[in-house]
Amino acid sequence: MTALGKLLRTTAFRLTLVYLVVFSLFAAFLLGYFAFNTRRLINEQIATIVSGELQLLQVQYNQAGIRRLVAAVDVRSRRPGSSLYLVTTPMGEGLAGNVGSLEPGILESEGWVETAYRRLEEPESAEHNALVRVTRLPGGIRILVGRDLDERERMLHIVALAGRWSVAIVIVLGIAGGVFVSRRVLKRVDAMTGTTQTIMAGDLSGRLSVIGSGDEFDRLAVNLNGMLERIESLMRGLKEVTDNIAHDLKTPLTRLRNRCEAALRTASSETEFRQVLEDTIEESEGLIRTFDALLMIARAESGEVREGMAEFDVAEVARDVSELYEPLAEDKGLTLEVNAKQHAAVKGNRELVSQALANLVDNAIKYAAPPPLPGTAGVPPAFGRRAGGTPAVPEGVGAAAVNGARSAILVTADAEQDRIVLTVSDHGPGIPSADRSRVVDRFVRLERSRSLPGSGLGLSLVSAVARLHGGELKLEDNAPGLRARISLPRAAAPPQQAA
Amino acid sequence: MSDAAAANPGMSGAYLVRSMRLLIIEDDRDAADYLVKAFREVGHVADHAADGEEGLSLALDGGYDVLIVDRMLPKLDGLTVIGCLRAKNVTTPALILSALGAVDDRVRGLRAGGDDYLPKPYSFSELLARVEVLARRHVGRGEDTQYRVGDLELDRLSHRVVRGREEILLQPREFRLLEYLMKHAGQVVTRTMLLENVWDYHFDPQTNVIDVHISRLRSKIDKGFAQPLLHTVRGAGYMIRDGAR
Repeated sequence: MTALGKLLRTTAFRLTLVYLVVFSLFAAFLLGYFAFNTRRLINEQIATIVSGELQLLQVQYNQAGIRRLVAAVDVRSRRPGSSLYLVTTPMGEGLAGNVGSLEPGILESEGWVETAYRRLEEPESAEHNALVRVTRLPGGIRILVGRDLDERERMLHIVALAGRWSVAIVIVLGIAGGVFVSRRVLKRVDAMTGTTQTIMAGDLSGRLSVIGSGDEFDRLAVNLNGMLERIESLMRGLKEVTDNIAHDLKTPLTRLRNRCEAALRTASSETEFRQVLEDTIEESEGLIRTFDALLMIARAESGEVREGMAEFDVAEVARDVSELYEPLAEDKGLTLEVNAKQHAAVKGNRELVSQALANLVDNAIKYAAPPPLPGTAGVPPAFGRRAGGTPAVPEGVGAAAVNGARSAILVTADAEQDRIVLTVSDHGPGIPSADRSRVVDRFVRLERSRSLPGSGLGLSLVSAVARLHGGELKLEDNAPGLRARISLPRAAAPPQQAA
Repeated sequence: MSDAAAANPGMSGAYLVRSMRLLIIEDDRDAADYLVKAFREVGHVADHAADGEEGLSLALDGGYDVLIVDRMLPKLDGLTVIGCLRAKNVTTPALILSALGAVDDRVRGLRAGGDDYLPKPYSFSELLARVEVLARRHVGRGEDTQYRVGDLELDRLSHRVVRGREEILLQPREFRLLEYLMKHAGQVVTRTMLLENVWDYHFDPQTNVIDVHISRLRSKIDKGFAQPLLHTVRGAGYMIRDGAR
């Protein structure tokens, strides 16, 4: 597109053109109206003068006869700037006056008429227009009085000229203004287009320039910059996630592969091969689990699950999840208490909220569990669970008794104004305040917890689920320990529940 | 897998009286071959259809105990195949296999007429356990009011559990756990199946909480008795059966 073409296509320029046409029409109408009225006014004025003079002459004729009339006309004809006069016999022969020639037949008709004429003293070629009135006096004498119309013509001419000039000026100024405005607009839009093109080319750090005038372009630029900021941070997050995924999935994959290669190289007996295969399956199950968790987080974050949301009781979820984990907690020497009696309605996905809460309880048990005390049981609890075939699972009662209140995990669900708050509190080592915001990120595992099983995705999922429901996850100090707190918006109309 | 299955006779054949006829509708050749072979090794007969149309016509002929249907298939997708079968009053139980594992997908699958849903990737033992449960359900081991395994009795109406002459007191959830196990006595029940059917959860708790519940239950029903009834099937799940039989 050429520069001119671009200019002509701008909205500003097109608007200018429309305004221009409207203004021109308006100006033309105004001038036309003015001209029409002026013309009428002048005609009226002339008519008044002519009628007055005619009346005067008529009176003189009536009083003193033809001689007096001729004398009066003679005098009047000679005055500078005089009107037109002509007195004729009934035959049409001129008796007095200053008219040299008229259009033929003018004298025959009485009343007002416009005609071309020439004065006596003027050369043949000079012709003017005049408004004349002819009256027949008693005795057949005809008398014509008229006034030159030059004044009127000049006036109309001036108006027409003014009209042409003003329209020309309006057009020139309008187009110039249009070009000026559109170039300004175009310059800023071009600047924006340029920036967006570099951004589209992959440089997300580009920002639109804000002049500071606070006009609509500035506001647009500020908003677009905000949007770019968000996109950039999301992209950065995504890149971090992909890097993390690459790392956290490739590490076990490498391990898997190394193990298989080592087995191919060195294993000799069937038992050894079997062992490697079993390890491989276990490792791949861990991978699948990590993958599932990632997909689940992605789904929760994209809001894809939103369609399947229904109202459910969070207190019931808290009780159910606690019930599911209670034996495990006891097994690990902890007590799991639940305080969720009040109906707490939330609109959402029950399954996801259950899983989020399960993750929190699972974490609490994992981190708050006291290290297995030597002598309480022959087998550490972890092994007891693994070897599920033997009924001799250590009850861990000894550990719970030793730790007392410190080993209690508390799950609560409560309504606070328009929020439903779910908390899971433990008395484990807690999370240092500096790390609390970080642990929610994907794959973040604190140094201390590296030895424990886990993918580093549990809290990320909890946080994603909370956000999906329009809520948030907060990690607080339980002094000592950790209190995880999910607050969710309460469902619109909580059904009446008998306490 | 064949070795593993042979090493664990409990997880198949031994308790299943008859062999099943299965139809596998799956477009991935490798996966299908693997399944056909694996089912044959544990004593079942499996046919294979490579696309939805072929699968539908084979399934319409009937004679299958269970259909294993992949969701994404050429020509006709899995849910449509099941929908067509149900519209023609073919009630052969169908298990849907799918890479789409989210809750919504599961609900959609079951609503379309599927009887069970297993997200990929799955372990063969999980699939086998589910297929056997489906086949048994279809044969019409109806909703009995009493279950009995060995000298263990469970009354679903009065919620009483008795072993020998001793009454066993169970928590409501323990009762439901035992009820589910006894309903499928002699069949392998996986942890996921328990989580889905007893707790109604479809996610995978990171820690194996189910094991703890099982060992609690076991301590209540087996402790002090010479003959254990609740068995762990290594690599697969649990089974309740009368070992003496």
